[in-house]
Amino acid sequence: MSEYYVGILILICINLLAVLGLSLLTGFTGLFNFGQAGFLAVGAYTATILTTQYKLPFAVALLAGILASALTSLVIGYPTLRLKGDYFAIATLGFSEAVRLLVENLEKLTGGSRGIPRIPTYTTLPVALGTAIVALWLVANYVRSRHGRNCVAIREDELAAESIGVNSFRYKQFSFAINAMLAGLSGGLLAHYVGFIQPSMFSLIKSTELIVMVIFGGMHSITGAVFAAITLTSLPELLRAAQAWRLVVYGALVVVIMVVRPEGLMGSWELTPANVKALLTGFRALWQEGE
Amino acid sequence: MSTFLQQIINGISIGSVYALIAVGYSLVYSILKFSNFAHGSVLMLGSYFGFFALTLFKVPFWLALPLAIIGAGILAIINERLAYRPIRMRNAPLLYLMISSLGASIFLENLTIVTIGPTFRTYPEVFPIAPFMLGDLSIGRLDVIILIIAAVSMALLTWIIYGTRIGNAIRATSYNMRVASLMGINPDLVVGLVFFLAGASAGLGGVLFGIKYTVWPQMGILTLKAFIAAVVGGLGSLPGAVLGAVILGVTETFAAAFVSSAFRDLFSYALMIVIILIRPGGLLGTITEEKA
Repeated sequence: MSEYYVGILILICINLLAVLGLSLLTGFTGLFNFGQAGFLAVGAYTATILTTQYKLPFAVALLAGILASALTSLVIGYPTLRLKGDYFAIATLGFSEAVRLLVENLEKLTGGSRGIPRIPTYTTLPVALGTAIVALWLVANYVRSRHGRNCVAIREDELAAESIGVNSFRYKQFSFAINAMLAGLSGGLLAHYVGFIQPSMFSLIKSTELIVMVIFGGMHSITGAVFAAITLTSLPELLRAAQAWRLVVYGALVVVIMVVRPEGLMGSWELTPANVKALLTGFRALWQEGE
Repeated sequence: MSTFLQQIINGISIGSVYALIAVGYSLVYSILKFSNFAHGSVLMLGSYFGFFALTLFKVPFWLALPLAIIGAGILAIINERLAYRPIRMRNAPLLYLMISSLGASIFLENLTIVTIGPTFRTYPEVFPIAPFMLGDLSIGRLDVIILIIAAVSMALLTWIIYGTRIGNAIRATSYNMRVASLMGINPDLVVGLVFFLAGASAGLGGVLFGIKYTVWPQMGILTLKAFIAAVVGGLGSLPGAVLGAVILGVTETFAAAFVSSAFRDLFSYALMIVIILIRPGGLLGTITEEKA
């Protein structure tokens, strides 16, 4: 496999981590996170500073990035998650801008707007692929567990969920923390794949791209998130010429999806053996009818 | 002492522009109960309308301003028709409206970048720059003019909402859309009108901001300030939005003047977090917890 395709594959895995987190938070728990790039930045900068300035091992640095990101999510979640969802969305938007401001101005630590160059590229294909598969397995199981169903209950009707004993604040904060951890991990891997980081990599555009992936794939489906991460990461790479129009199309796409098919491409369909079997029997029945 | 006074006036002036933006956002929020993220794009395009009217078509300022305001208002109506009304008609979750508004804002912002270009543009000089002198106190002429225009339009908006039959309909709809429609108010008409008013005030805010600073495709991020102002004052409350905006403007100017202009925005976010922690409903709002 040529290096180019390996690169795209690694990027898909890195994006998938951040998209999985968002899918759990926005799709399954119903909280709109506008500032995913902020968590990527926290993870990326924490990990990078630890590997470049303190020469810590990669795994330890990644772990620190994950923890730092989770900690920030608790700080933001505590005041905002008890209130209406709008407060949360605005706070995440403000948070990601605040992170970018801090990174740009703490020049000694972060290199300011020029960023940090020459980061050792530890993120290889096995590392990225392995992490993505483990994360996928964990999130898919979480969503189907009792806790995951509680999250869906909160999304559908918070008052009703509370009335049957679901602690909605705790579950929202937990979803937010998992999302932040995955984003922090994604950021750490990204920094050590690209080899340099600068604040402009973690702008609102990055947050937008990630949220579009979740919406496009289907907000209530992990399969959809995976599918969207694969297509929307590789398509722009292959269609470099249309780069400028990409975000215009994304924006229009989001509106059209919300108006026409808000459940996204996959709806809540999941790629499980049982579902595939049902689909195949359906096809077979159709085919036999045709004969 | 004189710097202090100058900063206060500067802060109130920029706060009045934030207030224009925040009032539109709050108005839409009070009717449809969702955060309209496309508000910033309407503001940005309003600012471009004014800019091109002045530079490309050489229209005098007194005509360019209403053109930009009406253009932005109509744009907001179109935005509502295409991106929100079909979702509203299905009684879909409010989250979908918020996501759709995000899509609309990505679309408009990037369409502007692709077609008009990503550069910062400066308005031609519409007002003489020389400051007023009051003793040894120099006051920016632009700040005062912006403050006056913003205050007059705010008074007009207040009159429309609190002093006319139409405003009565708007307020009734914001209390309860279903009951208002039972009383013979056409909710779609009210929503269209609210979007026009919100878009128009955003357009005016955009032009004033463009005159004071510059115009650029991402200037919609300014609405983040309006969101903060609205949260500080109380989501959905109009007087709250104005109060929050002025507090925010003064806080920012003081942070920039006496601490560091690089960290100016951090103070805005800190202000918001402090308010949410101490008084989650905002200064003039009621506490709004998630209810079914």
